[in-house]
Amino acid sequence: MATLIRRGKIAQPSQPEAGEVLRLEPGDDPAKVAGRLGAVARVEVNFPRFTDGRGYSIARLLRERYGYQGELRAVGDVQRDQLFYLSRCGFDAFLLRDGQDAEEALAAFNDFSEAYQASVERPQPLFRRR
Amino acid sequence: MYLYDEIDQSIVDERVAQFRDQTRRFLAGKISEDDFRPLRLQNGLYIQRYAPMLRVAIPYGILSSTQLRMLAHIARKYDRGYGHFSTRQNIQYNWPKVEETPDILADLASVQMHAIQTSGNCVRNITADHFAGVARDEIVDSFVWCELLRQWSTFHPEFAYLPRKFKIAVNGAEADRAATFLHDIGLHAVRGGTGEAGFRVIVGGGMGRTPVIGHVIREFLPWQHLLSYVEAILRVYNRYGRRDNIYKARIKILVRERGPDKFREEVEAEWEQLRDGPSTLTQAEVRRVEGRFVSPRYEALEDLYLAPSGPFGAWMKRNVFPHKRPGYAAVTLSLKKTGVPPGDATDAQMEAIAELADRYSFGELRVTHEQNLVLADVRQERLEALWRELNALGLATPNIGLLTNIIACPGGDFCSLANAKSIPVAEAIQRLFDDLDYLHDIGELDLNISGCINSCGHHHVGHIGVLGVDKQGAEYYQITIGGNQGETQTGQTARRTPAAVGKVIGPSFAQHEVPWVVERLIEVYLDQRESEDERFVDCAHRLGIEPFKQNVYGHADSPRQDRAAVAA
Repeated sequence: MATLIRRGKIAQPSQPEAGEVLRLEPGDDPAKVAGRLGAVARVEVNFPRFTDGRGYSIARLLRERYGYQGELRAVGDVQRDQLFYLSRCGFDAFLLRDGQDAEEALAAFNDFSEAYQASVERPQPLFRRR
Repeated sequence: MYLYDEIDQSIVDERVAQFRDQTRRFLAGKISEDDFRPLRLQNGLYIQRYAPMLRVAIPYGILSSTQLRMLAHIARKYDRGYGHFSTRQNIQYNWPKVEETPDILADLASVQMHAIQTSGNCVRNITADHFAGVARDEIVDSFVWCELLRQWSTFHPEFAYLPRKFKIAVNGAEADRAATFLHDIGLHAVRGGTGEAGFRVIVGGGMGRTPVIGHVIREFLPWQHLLSYVEAILRVYNRYGRRDNIYKARIKILVRERGPDKFREEVEAEWEQLRDGPSTLTQAEVRRVEGRFVSPRYEALEDLYLAPSGPFGAWMKRNVFPHKRPGYAAVTLSLKKTGVPPGDATDAQMEAIAELADRYSFGELRVTHEQNLVLADVRQERLEALWRELNALGLATPNIGLLTNIIACPGGDFCSLANAKSIPVAEAIQRLFDDLDYLHDIGELDLNISGCINSCGHHHVGHIGVLGVDKQGAEYYQITIGGNQGETQTGQTARRTPAAVGKVIGPSFAQHEVPWVVERLIEVYLDQRESEDERFVDCAHRLGIEPFKQNVYGHADSPRQDRAAVAA
């Protein structure tokens, strides 16, 4: 069963989620949907294979350039070992691929206590905080 | 070298813990082989022909004696008593066990080392000119900028799953000793109009299946913008680089398909959005990083007039490089003794070299992209004593820059990708050219050997390149001439032959024929050179390949007369 992690917790199955969902594929250009971001309930970025890293750039652009504040959900081939980077790029919800141990996956957010670069999670790079 | 602070240390320690857990889950069957592959590769672990291979990062090639002792310890404890220094200034172990790699990484972390991003489709170890900080033609100390880039690239969350691997080289001197035109990004330090430091940005060079000389996309990038500009390049590449075909996935293909001008426009447009943002480097950060480098405590000395003859003189001429501090010199230890696989060193040699580094060079050494080691800060008055000790260790072969200083990949003896062996070919050539006087007469010549088109042995930029190819299951070798790693010479008399990809001279040869071919090529050069200052590569660029081809395929003894490719 695929499990949803939202804001660092396993989300409880609830009533059907309401609102418009905008779904982006790796080749989609976030600039083209920038005008619609205020009106959607959430944005989903699909990872057909976890090794296709385009979704990371899409997430940063949505957050940092187009000011998207709502839920940003990684879907598709989403596994425990990518959660840390995904969350740093601005994803706050993760629909885990089937077969992933959700409890174990939660630990991934704490794999590292610090990071060098600027990111959505911490807009100031380490060298400005050191 | 750069000394870690607590944060740098905790980052590598946490990496060890992360990989230990990933390995545990893999061995327990909780991660599939496919899902584990990118994770292990980003920790340097390959599954190879006979055993796994672990590639350990030596960031921009600098090492302390303590770190070298740890590399020796790892060779002894987890491997078969030796390591292989690679053209990426890293070290590779060919016989570790998968289940022991977390322990190896933990040992490395105890001396501020790691195997982070030494493989995989991410930003790899950043390479630099190996005389950084000591060369007389220095513009900036490239190590400082490499460290800033190392930190920026380490666990960069956006660029861990690029279309393909990504290699950056930084050159801080006038001469290009880092092959900046043959990297995904080459950064060549330059001074701007008012004397401020910056970088010429070169993109889309590379070797492999499709060798390309890089394009300058910006003549001057002020240093403050180094990270944001590189980030803009990586973002364009991450979004638009091809992912449908592994052979077309490097940035060089994107630059070629877009055209360098269009590519530049895209990068500049992306950079406009990023420039002056939080990633803009500050003077304080550059000073902080500079301050964490251990600087040698030089004494006030004067240059000595040394003009020795004999074997010591030959070594002085080839293996000793002038230093910007009076009274000091930089010394290259040749790992290219005939009969030893190029770049290999045993644990005992590593221990001995660590001790020499302590006694002669402030406890530091460097790895060069030509697979040798450098003691960068040796007092001139102690050169002869050092030479004697190196001689006893088999590390004083006076061949730096010469034909027998062969770059070679591990080849078919070790690597699962190789079409052909490279080490025995290197040895056969070294044996044929073992006459030192003859070798010195031939002068500067880069001879590079790769066992397959992935070109880890940099054959494309060998003045003479040798490439292993597969012909109906048999090992054959294609010969190129005129390749060049870049403008390595400076000064008034410098031969400014630019970076170039070698040209194939004709049909390939059997292994035992390769030394004969090299001899014929040298014959043409010695016969036709304008003067001793004209190197083989300069001569090959002036004459073109025809006369060389003639002397190989048209020769009375040619093994390839039957299929002569000689132009009528």
